Amino acid sequence: MTGPLLEVEDLHIRFSTRRGPVEAVRGISLRLAPGETLGVVGESGSGKSVTAYAVTHLLDRAGSITQGRIRFRGRDITRAGRHELRELRGSAMSMIFQNPRGALNPIRTVGRQIADVLRAHNAITAREARERALDLLRAVLIRDPKGNLDAYPHELSGGMCQRVMIAMAIACEPALMIADEPTTGLDVTTQKTVMDLLARITAERGMAMILITHDLGLAAQYCRRVAVMERGLVVEEGAAARLFQAPDHPYTRRLIAASPTRTSTVADLVEGDAPPPPRRAPRAPGTPLLLEVQGLFKQYARTRAVDDVSFTLEPGESLGLVGESGSGKSTISRLICRLIDATAGEIIFDGQSIAATPARHFHKAPQRRDIQIVFQDPTDSLNPRFSAFDSIAHPLRRLDRLPSEAALRARVEECAERCGLPRELLDRFPHQLSGGQKARVGIARAIATRPRLLVLDEPTAALDVSVQAVILKLLDDLRREDGLGYLFVSHDLNVVRMMCERTIVLRQGRIVEQGPSAALFAAPQAAYTRELLAAIPHFDPEAMREPA
Amino acid sequence: MSATLRHVGWVLRGNPVTAAAAAGATLLLFVAFFAPWLAPYDPIASNVPNALQPPSAAHWAGTDQLGRDVFSRILYGTRVDLAIAFSAVSLSFAIGAVVGSFCGYVGGALDRVVGRLVDVLMAFPLFVLAMALVAALGNSIENIILATAFINLPFYIRFARAEVNVRRNLGWVEAARASGDSDLSVVLRFLLPNVLPAMAVQISLNLGWAILNAAGLSFIGLGITPPTPEWGIMVAEGARFITSGHWWLVAFPGLALMLSVLCFNLLGDGLRDILDPRMRT
Amino acid sequence: MSDAAQPAPRGGKWGAVGRRVGMRLLSAVPALFGVLVFTFLLMRVLPGDPAVFFAAGANTGQAEIDMVREQMGLDRPMHEQLLRYLWDITRGNLGNSMTTGQPVRTDLVERLPASLELTFSALLLALSLALPLGIVAALRPGTLVDHVVRFLCTLGVCVPTFVSGLLLIYVFYYLLAWAPDPTGRLDIFAATPPEITGFLLIDFALVRDWEGWRAAAGQLILPASTMALFVLAPLARMTRASMLAVLGSDFVRTAKSLGLSHWRIIVVYALRNALLPVLTISGIVFSTMLGANVLVEKVFSWPGVASYALDALLASDYAPVQGFVLLMATIFVMVNLLIDILYGVADPRASVA
Repeated sequence: MTGPLLEVEDLHIRFSTRRGPVEAVRGISLRLAPGETLGVVGESGSGKSVTAYAVTHLLDRAGSITQGRIRFRGRDITRAGRHELRELRGSAMSMIFQNPRGALNPIRTVGRQIADVLRAHNAITAREARERALDLLRAVLIRDPKGNLDAYPHELSGGMCQRVMIAMAIACEPALMIADEPTTGLDVTTQKTVMDLLARITAERGMAMILITHDLGLAAQYCRRVAVMERGLVVEEGAAARLFQAPDHPYTRRLIAASPTRTSTVADLVEGDAPPPPRRAPRAPGTPLLLEVQGLFKQYARTRAVDDVSFTLEPGESLGLVGESGSGKSTISRLICRLIDATAGEIIFDGQSIAATPARHFHKAPQRRDIQIVFQDPTDSLNPRFSAFDSIAHPLRRLDRLPSEAALRARVEECAERCGLPRELLDRFPHQLSGGQKARVGIARAIATRPRLLVLDEPTAALDVSVQAVILKLLDDLRREDGLGYLFVSHDLNVVRMMCERTIVLRQGRIVEQGPSAALFAAPQAAYTRELLAAIPHFDPEAMREPA
Repeated sequence: MSATLRHVGWVLRGNPVTAAAAAGATLLLFVAFFAPWLAPYDPIASNVPNALQPPSAAHWAGTDQLGRDVFSRILYGTRVDLAIAFSAVSLSFAIGAVVGSFCGYVGGALDRVVGRLVDVLMAFPLFVLAMALVAALGNSIENIILATAFINLPFYIRFARAEVNVRRNLGWVEAARASGDSDLSVVLRFLLPNVLPAMAVQISLNLGWAILNAAGLSFIGLGITPPTPEWGIMVAEGARFITSGHWWLVAFPGLALMLSVLCFNLLGDGLRDILDPRMRT
Repeated sequence: MSDAAQPAPRGGKWGAVGRRVGMRLLSAVPALFGVLVFTFLLMRVLPGDPAVFFAAGANTGQAEIDMVREQMGLDRPMHEQLLRYLWDITRGNLGNSMTTGQPVRTDLVERLPASLELTFSALLLALSLALPLGIVAALRPGTLVDHVVRFLCTLGVCVPTFVSGLLLIYVFYYLLAWAPDPTGRLDIFAATPPEITGFLLIDFALVRDWEGWRAAAGQLILPASTMALFVLAPLARMTRASMLAVLGSDFVRTAKSLGLSHWRIIVVYALRNALLPVLTISGIVFSTMLGANVLVEKVFSWPGVASYALDALLASDYAPVQGFVLLMATIFVMVNLLIDILYGVADPRASVA
């Protein structure tokens, strides 16, 4: 076979929206040889997924190709009809998606769904299809393939559902596989097993793969070539090794700089001044710890979300809690913040026990203003009916008896300014703000009452990497300037390493390992920690720095 | 406030159907208030020699078996049916929104019991329930209102409960608690205002439904008694003459019923857009 | 999303359904009990003295009433009366009707088939129209078909049954003379079929009296259409909405991306999933129809349980009303149970809880 498998030429895609047409893709060209792997990386709104949907003709009604050409094996499929598409999809090119459980029919067994694909392209009997479905389940390493042939998607975990999805996608031996954020939402260890499987299976079968992802590390590790997209354009394309070593385009450089790596520091993420020297002096003898947690338990119906957790936090210290889903890290953050009650255990804040006051009454406790929280999703964390000003002012109105409205306004504006939020945005409502701006409002609200302990529950998990970089920088500066204590909860080990002096690794509600971040990440003691660290996709940072 | 008005104006310009529905609803209220001035004839006084006349220039909607002007009776009927519907819906909304919000927020055993109760009640033939209630409480307008309010109640409880439930664990609710709000204040100052837009839609749709129910009850002879001009009774009286071809006795009050319900239903759909803060720019 | 795979409880599909039925039957008990207490209280709150009604004589004296009161235990404390009432119910004793002079149970049993025949044919009619309309509208959103269906749906819920019934009578009986005289299930002079099921259409069919069948169907068509028109709108609207939601879902996109045939995607992937919410609301629709029965039976002088209860209610004869409410409650509990079971079979995610 000669010539490229897939050729995209000067592709333009337009979406018609309520506010008029939007150009999602503004003239991109890509080429993919048979068996080649191409990573398409970019932040949200870059048009990377839209491009993939255009190739497979899965754009929804609002989107249309306005210009350009898509060729598959030399054949122009830009305006392919329904029949032509039916032959192509599944048997020549197939796709796997984000949110694997939603991508499977909830009321059909996985065996039948695989058989449906097989029988759509092959003249075989139901019995043969079932046999081959079983083989496919074995190929994607599903546990108990025979039993799970008759399982429904809700009976399988997210990672298992993605394997089933892969089985369906490879069922008819297509030449091209498009994976659209296939591991977003999965835990890092599950991500590694799924990606390893995907890479092995496509390589074995000589399939070409397009991996669409926001994660530079993932693209670097699993793709030979990488294309970087920004606002509907490919800004740079090249061999992964070359691209990460010597990025040409300024956007690529910014993106690479903003992605946390195993050695980067907060200062590396954004161009700017070095951080001010830490103000934290060692704790005077005789003064209490900021926070002391002893034997914390939280029991939900049948599961123990938090299982005997104890730790301490010095004033002005930052402590990271890392773990995968179900590790209990979010529950701990809410327990410390006294939004929910513990089943058992003691929480001592600044020398005083605060676990005894029920969460229901804690709003009257004197410590309420000292412990504040920043939430994960910036959209969900702001009342849609409050302006940015009201959101920041609310805790002040409740907890700080400021002498006048002018004093309140002054304080709100001061907090906003410290969080890099322009004054003219204060009158806006959440839906008029960008994700990064909303995150800033959430942080300004949390520091408004000048707390001493800030609980940060995945504060950047919902943000693009470049926005994450500036928010992390902001948080780091705030802590150093104010001597705040941080309890930083995250699933991202690199972020925790950069942000926290000490780190606790959690698994299923229990502490696996804890210690100073530098030591813990350099030489992890527990096998689980090592597994977590090994699962993080990365591009080699040392190699990247050399040429400069 | 002026921003809100401007937004309403913008939405109405973009949605002629909603604008028409709003105009219709306003007209209904106007007619209800000013029926005595608008009606060309006395709605009660009979004029037997002039009975069962088809629509004409003098009697736009014809006359009934006692020679009363159907058009005038329809205008007066607006008062009764709207009054019943408005009082019943406000009653069930006031109780249902608060009870539902608290159940949704607090959760637990109370919530499960209330939820189950509401589910059972909602699936029950509600018209039969209203019938039985009116029969038990006594045949009066007040009891029609109570019965209508009662059968509307589960919808509000369930609605408020569901809307609060999806929001209770959102960041901004937890943030309010971290900002020193008590549970009571979280429900009243944060959750209820956010649930209200969706509830307004429900209210509008329910008004139509309440009108249908009240008219249905009086159609079968409960609640309001003749000679009160009321749409349900007018249809019931006209039913006797339909097989002899006197269609206007049924068709015009029926049309009035249909149009008023249509107005409130369309308005409900339109309100969804107006009250959604995310639509504002 | 927890990544620990739950062990799948796969003890056979029918085993799960059996457990589900058992659980639902059990949970229906409190609902039924609640209705019993409700009707009992209803009887207590009702204006007038139950003893007067149950004495049921034309010119009963005070002495007789007192005697009846003692017989009925009305002089006993409330809880004792409640127990007695429950005991009566379990033996099927619903009291006597003043108007017909018969036991309420006899009256209800005699009239129930008429109501059920009407309701079921209306539901069948409504479903057979609403489903295709909803599906077609969802498959071609924004087109003329879609707009027409949505317009009909908006209009359909606004027309009260008693008005649409009367207008149908006017058009099809008075103007066009296509329909027979709109009173009752059968012309008074027509021969009735032997009582087998009580459902005229079935009984005529069983004895192969096709002329009688046509006559009965002719009488049924207008009231059934009236009721069908009333519930057509919510059913079609729900079908359209859930079909649209499913067509836009991730798993339909998956099916498309894998080249499954158009019809397979629409029927096996989209429709089967879209019918689940329709199944859920058809329970509420059915119970709405039970309520609407009162109005439709009155308009068409249909000799069903609802018109029986209504006549009794207007004549201040309360035993039939109680019996009717109880009957409705029982039917509604059974229908919901049935829907629940169907749902359990159709959706593997539905748990026993």
